[in-house]
Amino acid sequence: MQQEFKASIDRALHNANLTGALGKFSEAYKVNRAKAYEGIDFEALRSRIAELKGYAASHLQELSDLFQKNAEAKGAKVFRTTDPAKVREYILKVAQDNGVKSIVKSKSMATEEIHLNPFLEKAGIEVNETDLGEWIIQLAGQTPSHMVMPAIHMTKEEVADLFSKEVDERLTSDIPRLVKVARGEMRPKFLKADMGISGGNIAVAETGSIALVTNEGNARLVTSLPKIHIAVVGIEKLVAKFSDIAPILKALPRSATAQLLTSYVSIISGPTPNSDGSMKELHIILMDNHRSEMAADPMFKEAMQCIRCASCLNVCPIFRLVGGHVFGKVYTGGIGTILTAWHDELKSSEDIQGLCIQCGACKDVCPGKIDIPGLIMEIRRRLVKEQGVPFVQKSIYAVVNNRRMFHGMLRAASLAAKPFAKGTKFIRHLPMFLADLTDGRSLPAIASKPFRDVFKTIHQPKGLQEKAVFYAGCLIDFAYPEMGEALVKILNKAGIEVLFPEGQTCCGAPARYNGAYEVAANNAVDNIKALLADRADYVISACPTCTVALDHEFVTTFESLGQRKWLPQARELAAKTIDFSTLVKKLVDEGRLTLKEGRQLGKITYHDSCHLKRTLHADQPPRELLQKAGYELAEMFECDICCGMGGSYSLKLPEISAPILQRKLKNIKDTGAPVVAMDCPGCVMQIRGGMDQDGAGVKVHHTVELLADQLED
Amino acid sequence: MYEQFKTRAEGVSAEVHRFATGAEALDFLVDFVRTEGVADQPGQYAVFADCPFLGVVDRQRLETVAGLCFEVTRERASAAKIGISQVDWALADTGTLVQDATAIDKRLVSTLPIIHVALIETGGLRADMPALLADLRPEQANYIAMITGPSRTADIERVLTIGVHGPERLVIVFIDRMGGTN
Repeated sequence: MQQEFKASIDRALHNANLTGALGKFSEAYKVNRAKAYEGIDFEALRSRIAELKGYAASHLQELSDLFQKNAEAKGAKVFRTTDPAKVREYILKVAQDNGVKSIVKSKSMATEEIHLNPFLEKAGIEVNETDLGEWIIQLAGQTPSHMVMPAIHMTKEEVADLFSKEVDERLTSDIPRLVKVARGEMRPKFLKADMGISGGNIAVAETGSIALVTNEGNARLVTSLPKIHIAVVGIEKLVAKFSDIAPILKALPRSATAQLLTSYVSIISGPTPNSDGSMKELHIILMDNHRSEMAADPMFKEAMQCIRCASCLNVCPIFRLVGGHVFGKVYTGGIGTILTAWHDELKSSEDIQGLCIQCGACKDVCPGKIDIPGLIMEIRRRLVKEQGVPFVQKSIYAVVNNRRMFHGMLRAASLAAKPFAKGTKFIRHLPMFLADLTDGRSLPAIASKPFRDVFKTIHQPKGLQEKAVFYAGCLIDFAYPEMGEALVKILNKAGIEVLFPEGQTCCGAPARYNGAYEVAANNAVDNIKALLADRADYVISACPTCTVALDHEFVTTFESLGQRKWLPQARELAAKTIDFSTLVKKLVDEGRLTLKEGRQLGKITYHDSCHLKRTLHADQPPRELLQKAGYELAEMFECDICCGMGGSYSLKLPEISAPILQRKLKNIKDTGAPVVAMDCPGCVMQIRGGMDQDGAGVKVHHTVELLADQLED
Repeated sequence: MYEQFKTRAEGVSAEVHRFATGAEALDFLVDFVRTEGVADQPGQYAVFADCPFLGVVDRQRLETVAGLCFEVTRERASAAKIGISQVDWALADTGTLVQDATAIDKRLVSTLPIIHVALIETGGLRADMPALLADLRPEQANYIAMITGPSRTADIERVLTIGVHGPERLVIVFIDRMGGTN
């Protein structure tokens, strides 16, 4: 990672105003968004949006032609170009031809994308941003840190300082007063402007209309007062039908700012009269700038379904820590990473793609139904393909790819770690350059005897009819063999014999999440061979990340690489794969397992692991099992927000992972529960390590450990 | 639908009134502009955009109010405290007003003054956006304006603040029978 990038993360993390404002906002957003969507079938709504935007993305040429024809028939001038430079030149020419001296602008990300303002200013034209947030950052000489709330990173004191300089009067940080000052300052600029520039939230091909969605009323003034109006619209805003406006207007304000509708929506379908009786000159620029290339890409076409609500930023545990500026100058957050890779070039996303922890929170709320984390993974894959895996990582994967060497090294590490573990089950400090890894978190000591060795010593009852293959995954195998023992004990009680094929190896997730798909594919082949060799009824895993690998990702990894050979076996394995809690819940429901009656085990809180909740949708079975066992569930605040582990993420960006963990620890402690349960050994590693350093004494357990003693024989 | 509209609109800080007839609405308007201190001086003007309402009520009662004028210019609207216009539809599920605002004076009176008073026939109520879009004719209306509450921003520290570039008050007046008398 670039030094400069690491430094920008560091600056953001140490900006208390920023993390405070974003943290508060993200908490409020979650509640308000849910309220705004009350009574609405979000899945149906976003399916409709994905469908209509997806249709538009595959008919861009046709819809652009139709839009142009219809808008021109109404008297608008339509200019279409792929090139940002031509957009700038076109606007300058219109301005110069009409003697334009000053311009008022309403918020437009498309003009941010092409850096329009400095270009026009260089030509001697005054450009005034009129959206309050945009004006603030214009005065500060900054770029937007959020698509919807460009100045969310600034405090009222900073705004007061900026405005004070502008109006030459010492202003206090009273927000209503500052807003009044902005109104007073902008009003004469609106009245004298010769040209208004806006973006466009929707462009309707059927009628040649553009829709503008705002709250402040500035877009109404920008499109009403000056005699020339230029709308700069990215072609991803095209939709076919006028009626397509409705679902977008239903989702956009709810997802963006948790409003049922913004204060103002303007639908412009041709020039309108000016106040002196003349007709307005209306120009609409349909800008491509790599959008049609994106639409032509079978995977990234989905990103064209974006309605620019920025909800992916609002729910992102990383964004709320670092803010937008770390992501770059224009589009920020999850979707911003994807757009930057396309509008700029793949290479520009090299650093920022690494910010994604793959927790999937954004995918859950995206009204365009875009698999944002999936597309970021695809960026990683392509980056690795283009540039190769960075050297250090490569040597790690070379090891992971060789099971014997990998497992040999883990065994050796058990011995090597001894001096650091000091007889406890934790490594609390690592020397020198590895010190960051134990900053705020102790690492588990590598078990002296891995599960693969322990397994041989377990005596299972004879004659069990059903068989389940246990896929342990690296963490249970080498750090937490006791979780594996508990699992065997439980399944045996249900009359299931557990098999442990020795040939199983790393699930490939670490390689895949770093874009090294070929390594992940080799891991997949080794595991398929090992896990399908025994004819078992189930393949069970107690690690959601491994379960997702077996259940989904072996198939998609092969597909991404165009490897067909192992696809049928990968599908067979996927069909047999089940996560621990879902299987146990099923066995309890079927009466094959019975939880002890009448136990009062006290208060417990539950942490949702990202893959378990958002990919496997299995957040309820562990809760039901624990409660049935006799625990009293006390839900923590933000129970389904990532713990900051993210596999190797916590190794690559420990400075981001650590504060996410601290927040999680606080939320756990606030429940007052003495025990926290979760279904992922990775989360156990992160949270148990955090609790150890925190010293709070909250016990951290995998559900499997808690249930093992609560079952009737 | 009206009750739902009222709840939604008040939820976004609009003020909602309802009268049986145009004449009653006129009484309210005359009273309202007087209470707000409309006078023939900058900052205290009222501007009224031409609309069907003016054709069915006793317009003279408005003409006697000093500072209220029907000639809408940018300068006059910008120096006005109150802008009055008639809108065409209302959406019950979001508390939204919808207007064919192609005529510039309709936009001047609803964007520049401090208070926007919107008159609407109760029959213009629609359930929601899809119901409205089915009725709208964008080929005939070049500027369709939707208004939901007063102008607002939360751009400074996410604190909701009313009245940025547009009106800080939105007063909605429903009229059941526009031409009806008492």
